[in-house]
Amino acid sequence: MSYIVVVDREGQEHRLDALNGWRIMEIIRDHELPIKGECGGCCSCATCHVYVDEDWQGRLPRREDEEDEMLDEAFGVEDNSRLSCQILFSEELEGLRVYLAPEGV
Amino acid sequence: MKMDENVIAFEKNQPIETDIVIVGAGPVGLFAVFEAGLLGLKCHLIDNLDKVGGQCAELYPEKPIYDIPARPHCTGQELVDDLMKQAEPFEPVYHLNQQADSLSKMEDGRWRLETSTGTVFHATVIVIAAGAGSFVPRRPPLENLEQYEDSSIFYAVRRMEAMRDKRIVIAGGGDSALDWTLSLHPLASQVTLIHRRDQFRAAPDSVEKMRQLVANDEINLQIGQLKELKGSGGQLEAVQVKGADGEMHEVPCDVLLPFYGLKMELGPIAEWGLNLDRDLITVDTEKFETSVPGIFAIGDINYYPGKLKLILSGFHEAALMAQQAFRYCRPDEKLVFRYTTSSTDLQKKLGVI
Repeated sequence: MSYIVVVDREGQEHRLDALNGWRIMEIIRDHELPIKGECGGCCSCATCHVYVDEDWQGRLPRREDEEDEMLDEAFGVEDNSRLSCQILFSEELEGLRVYLAPEGV
Repeated sequence: MKMDENVIAFEKNQPIETDIVIVGAGPVGLFAVFEAGLLGLKCHLIDNLDKVGGQCAELYPEKPIYDIPARPHCTGQELVDDLMKQAEPFEPVYHLNQQADSLSKMEDGRWRLETSTGTVFHATVIVIAAGAGSFVPRRPPLENLEQYEDSSIFYAVRRMEAMRDKRIVIAGGGDSALDWTLSLHPLASQVTLIHRRDQFRAAPDSVEKMRQLVANDEINLQIGQLKELKGSGGQLEAVQVKGADGEMHEVPCDVLLPFYGLKMELGPIAEWGLNLDRDLITVDTEKFETSVPGIFAIGDINYYPGKLKLILSGFHEAALMAQQAFRYCRPDEKLVFRYTTSSTDLQKKLGVI
């Protein structure tokens, strides 16, 4: 089974089974980790914000303008910030490591 | 869609008598007006947004939806416009910019519902069609935030005059941030706009005006993100901003206005004594009634075995809810099931004959 690694806001590491074609947000939500994904994955909120591990940053498709705009509503945005609904899992992402970003309160 | 005529300002605390109060004016709430209307029941709707349509209008007005029966393709806003049109013959009344707050049972068995702005309803039936909850401002996760809220940090400007001669920091890059930057700068002693990048998604005209003010040194633009609040006793003195260069910059200020969009939360409904499953309201699948008789929950807010959070599921739930609502509202009348294709009674209600 393919997998990704997600580090939650307490620093706890989770190895999650991943299926091709699933959005990273959906994988995280399916495992009941605390990610909201309020809009359901259509890049219309900023509640699935994650940081991509340095080693992986260059290996992902770049963020599109729409995603960059939506990140305006997120907090603590960094160069490696992504909305995880905009990353589709595929075999090339086997072992992808992301960190859950802080949420609005 | 024209709706001004239906947005009526009611005198404070003058109770509004109605059959049904619908909490949430999203797609499912709107269709509930239609289904209740066919049975002759009158509806008032409450929504915390400043517009009708819920998530469809707020989150994805321009995004295409493909799974509405007989609508191969429509945008969120088109769906809302058409649902409003469909509900129109039944004269729904929209009470916007307010949140359903307290609910209590009256002596005559009906409900008394009061909103955050003091509108009071007396209704036989309450229908909760609140989606993922009501939209409220997203608050930045900064240390000691609560200490300054409502004294130095505001998510909306209620009175412009209160901002006179203040040093104001506005955070965000959308229309709210830009609009308030433009309207407060003549009043304030200093305005600093803080945004994470030097691109703004607000209306181009507002962005142009803001750029001009920056060029004329009338306002400050700081590219960066809020990191820390400084002050004491609820009075903000400065904010620390992490610049695009990674350096920290201190911006002195009296007032902070963060505009990071909206989030959804269940809010006061959670205190109404209904059976919940996490943040969802459990209902039966015959009438979509909650654990409290006379209170229904339809659409994304409810839970039952097999529930799918689809707009079309909410439409079905609205139709079945209306049947039971009729029994509560018109206990002495017999409910006759009719089709809009053949019933002259329904066609009259719809205003087509």
